[in-house]
Amino acid sequence: MNMGTDPAQARFDELIDADERIEPRDWMPDEYRKTLVRQIAQHAHSEIIGMQPEGNWLTRAPSLRRKAILTAKVQDEAGHGLYLYGAAETLGTPREELLDRLHTGRQKYSSIFNYPTLTWADVGAIGWLVDGAAIMNQVPLCRCSYGPYARAMIRICKEESFHQRQGFQIMLDLANGTPAQREMAQAALDRWWWPSIMMFGPPDADSVHGGQSMRWGIKRFGNDELRQRFIDATVPQADLLGLTIPDPDLHLDEATGHYDHGPIDWDHFWDVVKGNGPCNRSRMETRVGAHERGAWVRDAATAYADKRAALVGEVQETAA
Amino acid sequence: MTGATAGWPLWEVFVRAKRGVSHVHAGTVHAPDAELALQNARDLFTRRSEGVSLWVVKSSEITASDPDDRGSLFDPAADKSFRHPTDFVLPDEVANM
Repeated sequence: MNMGTDPAQARFDELIDADERIEPRDWMPDEYRKTLVRQIAQHAHSEIIGMQPEGNWLTRAPSLRRKAILTAKVQDEAGHGLYLYGAAETLGTPREELLDRLHTGRQKYSSIFNYPTLTWADVGAIGWLVDGAAIMNQVPLCRCSYGPYARAMIRICKEESFHQRQGFQIMLDLANGTPAQREMAQAALDRWWWPSIMMFGPPDADSVHGGQSMRWGIKRFGNDELRQRFIDATVPQADLLGLTIPDPDLHLDEATGHYDHGPIDWDHFWDVVKGNGPCNRSRMETRVGAHERGAWVRDAATAYADKRAALVGEVQETAA
Repeated sequence: MTGATAGWPLWEVFVRAKRGVSHVHAGTVHAPDAELALQNARDLFTRRSEGVSLWVVKSSEITASDPDDRGSLFDPAADKSFRHPTDFVLPDEVANM
């Protein structure tokens, strides 16, 4: 336990050591605040950008019901982004600043969203694998040391489980459908498997900030452990679908009870993070474009509110 | 930051889940006025029928106790455990008390 002479630091350490929550008005180290603003904001950006690959299929979902369900899912992603921006703002950075960091590329979003959704089966694969991996990451975050982030995560996790079931349902329908549908499902799995397991981030040995985040109760489990849990949970699901995970080295280690997997192409991962994925430019253009094209709505709302406030002011003056 | 939304205040949102329970804090929204704050709160916090009633309050209207004062602020209650019924140990034969 850190016995700092500064009482505020000591109080912070005491709370962290006791696994208590830090709240917005508590003193916290600058680095803790900065790390959280970055992590929470990038999480929020990921939700907003994540609306795009699925939004791509809203007009082409195979039935009205599936269209409504996909719309609900995309609305949820927007909502998740908003809960997270709200949590990030409690640390002192205004909403406009956070959006600006996304729009100018100063902050990133999860690179899983830099891949295209080529078929309807991709929508299923995303729900099953990408949301599945997100859930694996997000459940431990419900116990993150920073109160507002933990509470946002609890809300998000409740909503996220429908997302994974929606995706798996799509995969089930396709895998049990015509040969062409089955092929489409397999092709989507082939495209989304490796990017999904990369979502957990580089191996712990290569992870720069992991240690400090663990000590501060922001991160509860290592990347490798979460990745392993996800693979162990997902392989039986693929078996149920009768689909083949595109990893010839994937096999159950009877001794450990875990699935060993083939080598992950981390060069490809970093290349996509750096901006060379299939959709990096398109995602940013779409996001910035939507923000700019929506400016008239925000302007109109502001003008209306100002006009009404002025009117109320006038009426009060006249009455006085 | 420039832009129309720079002047949009933050609102705290409270949701009453059903009749008989009180409004519980759910989170925040930005909006230029109370009407849009209610609309945004409805969209953000009640997609799964979580509420029958919403309150929105400008964050600037909330007065919060200072965490540093918590010791002296809440101290008077600390040595008055007799405010809790469990502090009174009665004979076992006493019923309904």
